[in-house]
Amino acid sequence: MQRRTFLRLSVFGAVVLGAGAIALRIAGHRSPAQARANAEQVLRGVIPALLLGALPADASANKAARQAALERTLAAIDGLPPATREELDQLFALLASHPGRWLAGLDWSSATPDEAARFLQRWRTSSFSLFVAGYQALHDLVLGPWYADPSTWPAIGYAGPPQL
Amino acid sequence: MTDATFAIPDPIAEGLARGWKVFDGATVTGPQDIECDVAIVGTGAGGGVTAELLARAGLAVVLVEEGSLKSSRDFHMREADAYPSLYWDSAARKTKDKAITILQGRTVGGSTTVNWTSSFRTPPATLAFWREQFGLADYTPENLDKHFAWAENRFGIAPWQTTPNENNDLLRRGAATLGIPTGSMRRNVTGCRNLGYCGMGCPTNAKQSMLVTTIPAALDRGARLYTRTRAVRLEFEGNRAVRLSCLALAADGLTATPQAITIRARHFVLAGGAINSPALLLRSDAPDPYRRLGTRTFLHPTVISAARFDERVEGYAGAPQSIYSDHFLERDPIDGPLGFKLEVPPLHPVLFASTLHGFGAVHADLMRGFANTHVQIALLRDGFHAESRGGTVSLRSDGSPLLDYPLNPVIWDGARRALLTMAEIQFAAGAKAVYPLHEQAEGYATLAAARSAIAALPLQPLVTKVVSAHVMGGCGMAADPRRGVVDGLGRHFQIDNLSVFDGSIFPTSIGANPQLSIYGIVARLAGRLAVQLSGNATPALS
Repeated sequence: MQRRTFLRLSVFGAVVLGAGAIALRIAGHRSPAQARANAEQVLRGVIPALLLGALPADASANKAARQAALERTLAAIDGLPPATREELDQLFALLASHPGRWLAGLDWSSATPDEAARFLQRWRTSSFSLFVAGYQALHDLVLGPWYADPSTWPAIGYAGPPQL
Repeated sequence: MTDATFAIPDPIAEGLARGWKVFDGATVTGPQDIECDVAIVGTGAGGGVTAELLARAGLAVVLVEEGSLKSSRDFHMREADAYPSLYWDSAARKTKDKAITILQGRTVGGSTTVNWTSSFRTPPATLAFWREQFGLADYTPENLDKHFAWAENRFGIAPWQTTPNENNDLLRRGAATLGIPTGSMRRNVTGCRNLGYCGMGCPTNAKQSMLVTTIPAALDRGARLYTRTRAVRLEFEGNRAVRLSCLALAADGLTATPQAITIRARHFVLAGGAINSPALLLRSDAPDPYRRLGTRTFLHPTVISAARFDERVEGYAGAPQSIYSDHFLERDPIDGPLGFKLEVPPLHPVLFASTLHGFGAVHADLMRGFANTHVQIALLRDGFHAESRGGTVSLRSDGSPLLDYPLNPVIWDGARRALLTMAEIQFAAGAKAVYPLHEQAEGYATLAAARSAIAALPLQPLVTKVVSAHVMGGCGMAADPRRGVVDGLGRHFQIDNLSVFDGSIFPTSIGANPQLSIYGIVARLAGRLAVQLSGNATPALS
């Protein structure tokens, strides 16, 4: 992509993001069920990319591990204070919306890990701090809780806490 | 019982069995109109010391704490349990732009329940700056000596005699190779088993946190403790605080319920820590004629360098912090380019994985080297340079605090020097690759490669990983109200019966892990308040 085109897209993206956030705020509270559906849709899309190399290769084990990762991330979100959860709800609502999916350049339900990785990398290296912060929220919320579970410890050479 | 942890004495369970007056906000019902001599908001380093000294003077004390009461039998050395239940925002409190992640305790005992036990007296150079710049004439090492000595004795603070773990020893060895002096830490532990899980609550009660020392002492003397209770607002009549309005939290410990708890007291002490204490005063519309409240909030902004070794490091095992270097604090004038203290953090999977930059295969590969990874941190000494003015606390629409901490060029200058220094020490210690924690950094196999990369990295918010475990300031002390929120005795300048006794009264950062600074300085201030309110001689220091 030409740098100029990329810049224009970035600026346009930031405007859309800003407008989207405002629209979402005007729309008021999403129902908990809608917020959860938004989060699940986006997380199912990014988990295979964030955890590439950590997820098992075997297809059925991989599927179960992705589901476990999703559940751990959702539990972590539930433990956050209301103001932080509201910000995350806005992030997920935006990414699950039409303009958000356009911005991300993919459809969450059909995105390949490569496509999701390209989206993550674009936000990670964006010159807009809102996008970088959005990427880092997804990073922290998936990668942290993934390694909270003892099943992930053998792969990193960690035997777990000592027995008292 | 087959569970061996039940063999460890549990001072909390024993105290509750003796009849401690502890009330869990999530279960109280009916009108709660409480009267006492002194209401203390917060149970960390400041609130704990205050509660013990006032209770020993015979005063009726009520403590208010947002977090819940846990004990050693709840501490299972599991990040998944510990972070959501013991820390603000599950150990991921963020500044406004999300560029700094803050570790701050939110449980009975505050951050002392989850800190890494490192104990330093306030550096003399810091006190000298306070005397010169803030008129705090009696803040001399000599005047504070007996208060620090009291705290050291009370909390078992002594040199750590055990061999440092490998993560700490790599800092020592690498620095020694380069001729950089290091020191051995003092720690507030008694009978420590060198487990390494201090950050998840001490499972053996070896750490002499407020949870197992001052809070039990106060409760044994009849103090009342309200947990899962949010201090919402102080109400004033003229120049006096008359009432503290609190709300009980729901069973989730996060959301407020309509259940009100109202406390009337002769005197109020704020000890919720920097960020929370200024926020309570902001919610209360406290007088602030010179616009000082919430400003000059400091964090010791901390940058991180990871390094891969051929040998196992096992940074999760053993006392988390035992070696440090102040070499780069002492080189320049205190108000010159930002100096930094070098330490290491404990490595645990969740904290390491979420802090480590990158994702996918790159991240997974770094995680596979987890047990062979050594990490150093550099804590920048903020608040002394003219351009280092810290952050400002404001309120979100729901009344919760938000710290805006702009990371400016003077911080980044220090961060770049610190990242380079840590890489040099890590290679000197034998690192095979060094990874500055930065979204655009890679692993560098040679010092030359690391040096040229660090010189060129764009140091900006979010892109550079910045963390903090030390919150200070926001209700700064000074000799006069134009320069601070409270006077040198922690008394609010405009409200007569209101004191702030926590890290928020520090007019700059400390330049060292702050717990002993809070213990010693608050012991002095609370001792005087005890005399003033009770008419008795200083109870703990006589």
